[in-house]
Amino acid sequence: MITFLQTYGSQLLLKTWQHLYISAIALALGIIVAVPLGVLLTRTKAISGVVMAIASMLQTIPAMALLALMIPFFGIGAIPAIIALFIYSLLPILRNTYLGMVDVNPALIDAAKGMGLTSWQSIIKVELPMAAPVIMAGIRLSATYVIAWAALASYIGAGGLGDFIFNGLNLYRTDLILGGSIPVIILALIVDWLLGKLEAAVTPRTTQA
Amino acid sequence: MEHLNKTYPGGKVAVEDFNLEIEKGEFICFIGTSGSGKTTTMRMINRMLSQTSGTIKMNGEDIGKMDPVKLRRKIGYVIQNIGLMPHMTIRDNITLVPKLLKWPQEKMDERAKEMIKLVELPEEFLDRYPSELSGGQQQRIGVVRALAANQDLVLMDEPFGALDPITREALQDLVKDLQERLGKTFVFVTHDMDEALKLSTRIVVMDGGKIMQVDTPDGILRHPANEFVENLIGKDRLIQARPSITTVGQVMLKHPISTTPGKSLTDALRLMHEKRVDSLLVTDEANILKGMIGIEDVDYNFNSATSVDDIMNRDIFYVQSNSLIRDTVERILKRGFKNIPVVDDDHHLVGIVTRATLVDIVYDALWGDEAEDEESDNIHHGVNKTPVSGSQKTDVEGGDQQ
Repeated sequence: MITFLQTYGSQLLLKTWQHLYISAIALALGIIVAVPLGVLLTRTKAISGVVMAIASMLQTIPAMALLALMIPFFGIGAIPAIIALFIYSLLPILRNTYLGMVDVNPALIDAAKGMGLTSWQSIIKVELPMAAPVIMAGIRLSATYVIAWAALASYIGAGGLGDFIFNGLNLYRTDLILGGSIPVIILALIVDWLLGKLEAAVTPRTTQA
Repeated sequence: MEHLNKTYPGGKVAVEDFNLEIEKGEFICFIGTSGSGKTTTMRMINRMLSQTSGTIKMNGEDIGKMDPVKLRRKIGYVIQNIGLMPHMTIRDNITLVPKLLKWPQEKMDERAKEMIKLVELPEEFLDRYPSELSGGQQQRIGVVRALAANQDLVLMDEPFGALDPITREALQDLVKDLQERLGKTFVFVTHDMDEALKLSTRIVVMDGGKIMQVDTPDGILRHPANEFVENLIGKDRLIQARPSITTVGQVMLKHPISTTPGKSLTDALRLMHEKRVDSLLVTDEANILKGMIGIEDVDYNFNSATSVDDIMNRDIFYVQSNSLIRDTVERILKRGFKNIPVVDDDHHLVGIVTRATLVDIVYDALWGDEAEDEESDNIHHGVNKTPVSGSQKTDVEGGDQQ
């Protein structure tokens, strides 16, 4: 263990950083696209079924296949990996945003509208805050997926902790496999914990103290 | 708002050819069974729904040409499910519309305090969240939220339907009081006839999207326009309604024993003795009610006071002779007064209601109509002016005062 860290310590830090970087960008893109899209879907219920079906379909493509598919379009490296992971992150966030928004008590939306909130104000002031816990649950789920799958990204040359794992597999070195996997697990746990904190922060208070 | 013209001819089956003019300061109840179009009609006023044809005008201005968002900010809106924002404090809930209208912060704070005082809740509640209040308290906030931005018109859609009867009654009193005090115009949707009778200045009875009758509560009770209205009111209520449209003036005793403040206690006592009563009403020379003295007062103060003026009780409960028995009896019974002076509009003493009178009223309300029950089936246009019979002569004045 100590010798492992002595030998690979600096490399481990670098790979962890790469891993985190790829995942974070993919997740951030996922949130930027999926949350507004989910909100939009609640306004156009007619097409929501179609969009959800497409998102579900994308989710069923095997991770390896999706990564491989990226190569003809985007070559190799971090960018195709980020794009593939972004596609994976979409569904849970999209679905939870949609469900969270649809689940908001219709009486509240009616009251908001009746008092003269514009549609936009109703979303920002009423619906999104009320749906926040559900949306955050989707984001946490996506974050865990993305971090786990980012390990595969090394396959198309994106770097990250996957490098250790693939090297370990090729060289039949258990210490390298573990040295890559364990940090991925720890990373996923820490990120989930941090997002849990964020979830608590964005969940609107409904009682004093 | 002076006139709310509302023409809504045909087209959609939900509401058909609806014409109504609402004056400022009126309390209008829309009543009807489910699917009668009452809520639909109400929701067209703030353009939550749009009409297929016809126009709605507010202050002579066609609301169809106004920005719906701006319109809604001018109209208070209270719904059955309360609709307080659970993630906002009471203060933020009350000032929701003022905030949209970009009032300055101090004005909003002040307004929140003013509003919460209006519904008799403590100021500490402003920092609480809706879930920390009881259902009744929440709906009180719902009511003032609809008034916080000085809305002249308030729409209420079965606001008290989900509350228990006691809380509901308290809120009805509150709303009625606020409406009268602030001179706002209310449009109130309900399916509860008692509620409609209690609150409205005019009732709009609807069925199948059409207006069946528009009249005052008394008018509806006395002259139901057709069988539907009659059924909605209920036969029981029609019968009960008869005593309820009797005024205090019709049942009171007409010659109360009174004295003037200048009289000495000896004179007062002699008068009590002569007339066999235990208390005297005090009026001035113009017969304007000033107060009341009881035998206890005379007894306690006989040595220390000289004139009636020194000991009379000035803070007394009285009723107007033209107020309805329906509104009065319960108040009298609840407070446990023995003798209640009756005054006219100019505060002149005109009569007295004693416990014996109350017995007559209750007796008549319960049994007085039995003989007429068979007849009442035939009376469709209810010309039931039958006064509560015999109450004036049943007893000598102050029969319970020995």
